Amino acid sequence: MKRIYVNEKWCLGCHLCEYECAFANSGLTDMVKALKGKTIHPKIRVEDSGEVHFAVNCRHCKDAICVQSCISGALSKGEDGVVRIDQNKCVGCLTCVLVCPYGAVMPAPSGHAAMKCQLCTDNLCGEPNCVKHCPNNAIVYEER
Amino acid sequence: MNMYIQPEYEVIRNSDKCIACRVCERQCANLVHSFDSETGKMKADDSKCVNCHRCVCLCPTHALKIVKSDDTYKINANWDNQTINEVYKQANTGGVLLSSMGNPKPYPVYWDRMLVNASQVTNPPIDPLREPMETQLYLGKRAAKIERDEQGKLKNTLAPQLKLKVPVLFSAMSYGSISYNAHESLARAAEELGTYYNTGEGGLHKDFYKYGKNTIVQVASGRFGVFKDYLESAAAIEIKMGQGAKPGIGGHLPGAKISADVSETRMIPQGVDAISPAPHHDIYSIEDLRQLVYSLKEATEYKKPVIVKIAAVHNAAAIASGIARSGADIIAIDGYRGGTGAAPTRIRDNVGIPIELALAQIDQRLRDEGIRDEVSILVGGSIRSSADVIKAIALGADACYIGTAALLALGCHLCRSCHEGKCNWGIATQRPDLVKRLNPDIGYKRLVNLVTAWNHEIQEMMGGMGINSIEALRGNRLMLRGIGLTDTELNLLGIKYAGESM
Ligand code: SF4
Ligand code: SF4
Ligand code: SF4
Ligand code: SF4
Repeated sequence: MKRIYVNEKWCLGCHLCEYECAFANSGLTDMVKALKGKTIHPKIRVEDSGEVHFAVNCRHCKDAICVQSCISGALSKGEDGVVRIDQNKCVGCLTCVLVCPYGAVMPAPSGHAAMKCQLCTDNLCGEPNCVKHCPNNAIVYEER
Repeated sequence: MNMYIQPEYEVIRNSDKCIACRVCERQCANLVHSFDSETGKMKADDSKCVNCHRCVCLCPTHALKIVKSDDTYKINANWDNQTINEVYKQANTGGVLLSSMGNPKPYPVYWDRMLVNASQVTNPPIDPLREPMETQLYLGKRAAKIERDEQGKLKNTLAPQLKLKVPVLFSAMSYGSISYNAHESLARAAEELGTYYNTGEGGLHKDFYKYGKNTIVQVASGRFGVFKDYLESAAAIEIKMGQGAKPGIGGHLPGAKISADVSETRMIPQGVDAISPAPHHDIYSIEDLRQLVYSLKEATEYKKPVIVKIAAVHNAAAIASGIARSGADIIAIDGYRGGTGAAPTRIRDNVGIPIELALAQIDQRLRDEGIRDEVSILVGGSIRSSADVIKAIALGADACYIGTAALLALGCHLCRSCHEGKCNWGIATQRPDLVKRLNPDIGYKRLVNLVTAWNHEIQEMMGGMGINSIEALRGNRLMLRGIGLTDTELNLLGIKYAGESM
């Protein structure tokens, strides 16, 4: 399946991907309207330490430990390989948040459920918006 | 006391659009932008802005623009603001003014005063999409003798040639003045395009020997990084006598830019200033030049063409005639608008002559003396578009060097602050965090796109003229007409005025 891969060597730590993620998932078509004056809750997070930067989001693991450990069956792996969360089923125990080795599942802003990257299949973009707007090919969406 | 100088440009942020993402702050190496946590708003310090447009390009909501300040001293046609400010700067510091990239002054651009012909009725235009349109060419001496061996078979007496698929090469830019990633982008693009890039005077990084067949290596007055393997790795060797941006002076790469890698490549100690003397200390005549040309040929077994590069100066035609007789295979001429990583402002802006005039004069002189076939002519120094390439070739060039246009393709926004070493686009810098901003995977593709696009346009214009081979356009000045030029200018260019028939 096509996944998002990180080219750490080229990540600038500009954090654009986080804003593009938040915008993609806002459901709005105007970035200013979507993000101005708001705290963003992106599903991709850029880790910075000195000169090293890289962006982390869900790896859509083959044997996804989050799916295995979900107590309510909210997490599932689709036929397309995408690990998805059904927020209506999620009871907000945040077990997945604890078990994900990448820290790629996070509490949703409501506090009552978890959220994660679904490769923009759950919004109007259709293709990862973070990848589309990364200025330096530091994240790529490809088959490997 | 330092005189306060009002910034030339202002950073304008549309606060209705700014989402305070702080991308601009992270991307500006000049530390212009900052976030004020009390107001929750972004601020800008105009005085540090060099107008490189990095923040403008990366702002996700396009909230930024940089405008020319409308602050002005009392209007004075003789003492304009910049002239006054330069006096203040020098009175503040006592220093020589430094600049980079090409001469920005409003001198006439002769390319824009020449028009290209097209065929109508009698010799029909050619459609490049339907018929072959040759842009491939060879650079080198064309004068071959007819000699036969004992069996009476013809001997190959043709001097070594450089084969180009497109009439454009990347001009000399040294590793040190530009980054590792910029060099990698140029090398990979040259390979894919079937043309050449030029190491400049900074030696060749060990990682790039693999692009040797698309590399021209330079031997300049500092002789940085010159040794046997360097010469042997390349497709051609260029002796740099001068550079259009700073004719008559050498170079000075500050020690701060001599990183471990640059020091290894240049073969000089780390952190020590790299000084290129103004003259080659072993060249004071054409005879001396001839010795270096032949030393280099000898060292590489006469397998590689040798280029001699000079700046376009007042006596360029006579000098070129000497070079053609020195044994060089190719003459490269660099016009006064050519770029540089650093030059004294007064030299960049006042020394040298336009490439158009130098080229026309050199081509004419070599033809008059019957030695045009002894050398190919390469020109550079602000070739801005495919139309400039067409006009240069019609004026007598074999092919064109592009430097500034190539850097623009890589992201350069001509802020002309290369000499400060903090290029926000990762080009004219050695700071690892900035170099990283130029991913060669993206950079080389953009260079390939640019040159491919130009080549299509060149083919179209050639087709329009009814010419199907770039070699048939060379020196074909009847294809050009001048507009807005004086008789002297027309004479120097060797072209007729628009409206004059054959
Ligand atoms: S947008 Fe790209 S370069 Fe910028 S932080 Fe994200 S991954 Fe890194
Ligand atoms: S959330 Fe974590 S464990 Fe689950 S698929 Fe993504 S990366 Fe793997
Ligand atoms: S990049 Fe644009 S939106 Fe983000 S803080 Fe700067 S001006 Fe505001
Ligand atoms: S120096 Fe460049 S990045 Fe910094 S504010 Fe000016 S234009 Fe923007």
